Amino acid sequence: MAQVLERPAESKTPAAPSPAERTARRRALLEWIAVHSLGVAAALFFTLPFVFVLLTSLMSDSQALSRDLIPHTWEWSNYRKVFDTPGFLTWWKNTLIYAGLGTVLTVLSSVPVAYALAKFRFRGRNLTLMLVISMMMLPPQVVVIPMYLFWAKQLDLSGTLWPMIIPMAFGDAFSIFLLRQFLMTIPNEYVDAAKVDGCGDLRTLLKVILPMAKPGIAAIALFQFFNAWNDYFGPQIYASENPGAWTLSYGLESFKGAHHTDWNLTMAATVLVLAPVILVFFFAQKAFVEGVTLTGVKG
Amino acid sequence: MAATYTLKAKHRRSRLRTLAFLSPWLIGFTVFFAYPMISTVYFSFMHYDGFRPPTWSGTKNWKYVFESYPFFWPALRNTLWLVVIMVTLRVLFGLGIGMLITKIKTGTGVFRTLFYLPYLAPPVAATMAFAFLLNPGTGPVNSMLESIGIPAPGWFNDPNWSKPALTMLALWGVGDLMVIFMAALLDVPREQYEAAELDGATPWQRFRYVTLPNISPIIMFAVVTGVIGAMQYYTQPLVAGKVASGVIQGAGTSFQPGYPEYSTLTLPQLVYNLGFQRFDYGSACVVALVLFALSMAFTALLMRRRGGLIQAGD
Repeated sequence: MAQVLERPAESKTPAAPSPAERTARRRALLEWIAVHSLGVAAALFFTLPFVFVLLTSLMSDSQALSRDLIPHTWEWSNYRKVFDTPGFLTWWKNTLIYAGLGTVLTVLSSVPVAYALAKFRFRGRNLTLMLVISMMMLPPQVVVIPMYLFWAKQLDLSGTLWPMIIPMAFGDAFSIFLLRQFLMTIPNEYVDAAKVDGCGDLRTLLKVILPMAKPGIAAIALFQFFNAWNDYFGPQIYASENPGAWTLSYGLESFKGAHHTDWNLTMAATVLVLAPVILVFFFAQKAFVEGVTLTGVKG
Repeated sequence: MAATYTLKAKHRRSRLRTLAFLSPWLIGFTVFFAYPMISTVYFSFMHYDGFRPPTWSGTKNWKYVFESYPFFWPALRNTLWLVVIMVTLRVLFGLGIGMLITKIKTGTGVFRTLFYLPYLAPPVAATMAFAFLLNPGTGPVNSMLESIGIPAPGWFNDPNWSKPALTMLALWGVGDLMVIFMAALLDVPREQYEAAELDGATPWQRFRYVTLPNISPIIMFAVVTGVIGAMQYYTQPLVAGKVASGVIQGAGTSFQPGYPEYSTLTLPQLVYNLGFQRFDYGSACVVALVLFALSMAFTALLMRRRGGLIQAGD
């Protein structure tokens, strides 16, 4: 191997390199090889689960129970079978309602709060911020008993998506914190200039801050969408009694139940839950980069 | 600017304005945090099954949870195991992958995306995938292990291997840590490395005396948020246990959590088990308060006035 590594070096510099140069160069090349082999090994660790899930989702029923890794016949109809399963399309619809409506409400309610925390000076601001952070860190299980009793017994809303959606109209702690951090990077001079021009607080927020805050808002919208999409505990508490209100993340597990040993169909369903998230990522990654470079409001 | 804000005439109006802007969250905080928090404390001293009106029971629920409820101590032990082993490995692995990605010079973007994607996988989908991959009978991982002559473990079906299997799942989703470590590593001033190199520092010494001090706030951040995450660990152990034990899910299904043999039981699962499977809301609130105390202790670490990682400041 060493000879292969030296050849291009010698063709460049006809004069024989000094021994020190030679060891340095050899070391650099060995490091390149080591780093990239490690990279490939890590890439396999991160990618192979996806590959095996995808391959199994395309196997026949009997083959999914065997130890084969590659499908003999490619059963694309597995995906149609998943869509034909009663409830699957309803779960899609519910998830989109939960994630979509929840995201819109979170953004609408969190933006003014984050703005006040970032740009207003008032007594108790640090205390408010600390409470926001504490709420962000709070496991949902801590308050779930009274919350469940509130939604189910007092408002009779269990078996619907509303106990999960309505709270999002009142600001989400993580979104507030993230957006506040983002707004802190926008210089106060913009706010002051708007004031001088006679803008009220609301106009300043809508006309001056919001256009600059787009990347931050995109980030909280994305996080909130993923949170709702991934949520298992919420639907388990509030929607489990009514399969008509299940979401994809919650229904997916029951899929395994309904089709005991059908790993192929279960994995096809898993792919169908995974795929949108990954698609959104590739789509939104670009929006992120664009947003950051377009605004460019640093210092 | 300060002058405009201190003008007395504007003071009252600015207070109203602040309240108006904060109002969504102030209402949310009261209805979805303060009120339920007080109720949780209240219910922890009540006997309540959700049907008959709650009755005062003193410290009975507390005694029950700590002395007779068979799941509490195994769950606390498991949570501590996850806090120590899983968080440590995740931080080390995240740092390792972060360092690796800063060293990779060819195809960086592709590698970074591949390393990051698993982090986005919905927990249920990721757990189902791992339950299949690590399935002792037909799973591809064991097929491969056996084909090279390594005795294959039972993973999610073996109490000794279920937590390591969950740890592998957590390592797979290390993309978030990779990103923050990568950013921190790229921020280390290059001159410090050059100075160390001139002094003849070995690679280990450069890591120990240049890299580590520079990224230690991020390591702390990863540790504390990891610990809080471990406190909340719910979906993955529950789904892994359900899938591995072959339980069918649906309304009214009772699932003994922690399959196999309590090994995947975590504290949040107890709240569900006590409250929504046994209808003992009082005892569920006791566990909820234990969980609250633990997570707030770690949150306080994150917000310490000096040396804290999240500062209010301006």
